[in-house]
Amino acid sequence: MTMQWKNSTTHFGMIAVTLHWLAAITVFSLFGLGLWMTGLDYYDSWYKQGPWWHKSIGILLFFVIIFRLLWRVLTPPPAALTSHKPWEIKLAHMAHLLFYFLLLAIMLSGYLISTADNRAIEVFGWFAVPATITSLPNQEDIAGWVHLILASTLIGLVVLHAAAALKHHFIDRDRTLKRIFGR
Amino acid sequence: MRLPTLATSLLIAGLTFGSTAVMADDYVIDTKGAHASIKFRVQHLGYSWLYGRFNDFSGNFSYDEKQPDKSSVEVTIKTSSVDSNHAERDKHLRSDDFLNVAKYPEAKFISTGYTQDKDGNGVLKGNLTLNGVTKPLEIDVEFIGTGNDPWGGYRVGFEGTTRFAMADFGIVKDLGPKSKDVEMTLSVEGIKQ
Repeated sequence: MTMQWKNSTTHFGMIAVTLHWLAAITVFSLFGLGLWMTGLDYYDSWYKQGPWWHKSIGILLFFVIIFRLLWRVLTPPPAALTSHKPWEIKLAHMAHLLFYFLLLAIMLSGYLISTADNRAIEVFGWFAVPATITSLPNQEDIAGWVHLILASTLIGLVVLHAAAALKHHFIDRDRTLKRIFGR
Repeated sequence: MRLPTLATSLLIAGLTFGSTAVMADDYVIDTKGAHASIKFRVQHLGYSWLYGRFNDFSGNFSYDEKQPDKSSVEVTIKTSSVDSNHAERDKHLRSDDFLNVAKYPEAKFISTGYTQDKDGNGVLKGNLTLNGVTKPLEIDVEFIGTGNDPWGGYRVGFEGTTRFAMADFGIVKDLGPKSKDVEMTLSVEGIKQ
């Protein structure tokens, strides 16, 4: 069976699968880059390059996530497998909602760090996202703390999410994991 | 006979303390009206000067034009108020790479002595506590002016400059060979109390 663009009642479509893995790879990369770049020496050639990539990719990811949410509304994901227990469905649903909330909150807090002094964020020199909320008391420090805590929480949730998928694949032996590859 | 001796010395101490307090005038640094600032500069790569300041500080001094050597100064800086006009850099400056403001929210300078020449300029000696480290520091002081203000008060102003190695206060982040020292300028206007 060829993969559809849109989701069906039983399968994820090409777009949803691509968006899922694009977000997954990007989130991992940004988390690693973020931790690494904040510890660099001043004379490291990545001292400026790291944040430049981090911010540019982060802003682009925001647009990807907005599109992903839109896509989710336009073509709802397939129904849960009949083998899924009610508590599994509920927990998974909560985790998925939490993913979107965390992603948006992380991107917002990151934006608030760099724009706290009314500077815009350059995206690969293509365009700039202007500052809006500025000069709150200790804005960049609080936003920075929130950014790190929520990003760490997100990675924790990713681990649970992956563990649950592997549990379905190897213990329950159902199609859950295969479905996010479009099968 | 010990008690009277103690009482006497307390009395003398009290008199001495009282008399200096009367003779030297006490001033509060006019941070309210922002006629005072604490600025710093560090070389960037050895190519230019990077300026910043501390926006939140308070202090007072006692000063007597006739007996300047009896002067004393105390200034407390809220280190989180560091402002270099760049949020990302300020966030970094507040981290434990530099000021470690979560652990050491205050820096303090308390003078221990002052010597003044006939032009009113002098050298202020004291102890600076920064990043949890207390070390002696000398500040070159330039007398700017003094007199009545238009609103019924009396003011005197100085500008102090000093220079020290950041590593002396445990700030060891490597900013390059030309950027090991920080220069500070303290412009203060005191209002007589």
